[in-house]
Amino acid sequence: MDSITTIAMISIIMAGFTTSIGIITPALSEGKAVAAAMSALAQQPDASSTITRTLFVGLAMIESTAIYCFVVSMILIFANPFWNHVIAAHK
Amino acid sequence: MHLSSDEVVFWQRGFVTINLTLVTTWGLMLLMVGAAAWGTRHLKTGLHPARWQCALEIIVSGINTQIEQVGLPQPARYIGFIGTLFLFIALANFGIVLPYYQAPTGSLSTTVALALAVFIAVPAFSISQMGLRHYLKTYVQPTFIMLPFNLITDASRTLALAVRLFGNIMSGGLIVAILLSIAPLFFPVLMSLLGLLTGMVQAYIFAILATVYIAAAVTKTPADQPAPTAE
Repeated sequence: MDSITTIAMISIIMAGFTTSIGIITPALSEGKAVAAAMSALAQQPDASSTITRTLFVGLAMIESTAIYCFVVSMILIFANPFWNHVIAAHK
Repeated sequence: MHLSSDEVVFWQRGFVTINLTLVTTWGLMLLMVGAAAWGTRHLKTGLHPARWQCALEIIVSGINTQIEQVGLPQPARYIGFIGTLFLFIALANFGIVLPYYQAPTGSLSTTVALALAVFIAVPAFSISQMGLRHYLKTYVQPTFIMLPFNLITDASRTLALAVRLFGNIMSGGLIVAILLSIAPLFFPVLMSLLGLLTGMVQAYIFAILATVYIAAAVTKTPADQPAPTAE
């Protein structure tokens, strides 16, 4: 295998792994957060606006870890620095 | 397929580049300023104001209420910044209903600029409220050992703000573009609807996080001083 094939293969495999592994934990923790917020809402409907706002902020924080993984996998596929380097060297 | 609208370049000389992101941003800014100027031409105080005035009043009072609920007692001081952030991001994300439109928030340069605005606004509001010395003191609370961690907090949350908005909007646009090439009839429409929802939620989250950061910086008091009384 020449180096372009190796880099392409590893990049694609790692992009898949990054997205799949990086989405498991945020999904679990978002589920936990929403469940906790739901039970808090059921117990105290008067504080719904505060709970909802805090929930959204927390979800955004949790979600950003998944977004980081997504951005890393996008970089691996579309803007891989090693790949660009090797292609530039071949020309 | 373009990863971001930065890659569509209209004009370039030296390091000055006019790309699609800039053009869209300026178009949105002109649209917002024009709509606001047109809507506030004939403001009335009577019982029957114009429809535009009603809409603007609903928006302004809604944002004011949100800012107040986060814990900033004088929303009029902050609505100029936070309201502008929210309206700009919301309008930029809402534009994906138009054909050939690429959201400027899907480019990392725009979102970094917005996050840097928050990064500068937080100490600016805090210093104008409490003075420079008081603000610098909050960095060494509770002990001076926490100084590097407080600095890391500032830097990382700016990065997080930028990457979150960029990643959400870029992924929405990318998924629709990929789906258009493999299942071009109904499914992309559904994903565009999901992208609209995500865009509105992201605009809300960006604005509310900026508000939370400002509120934390403005109301944070060193341990040896009493809390400032509400004005």
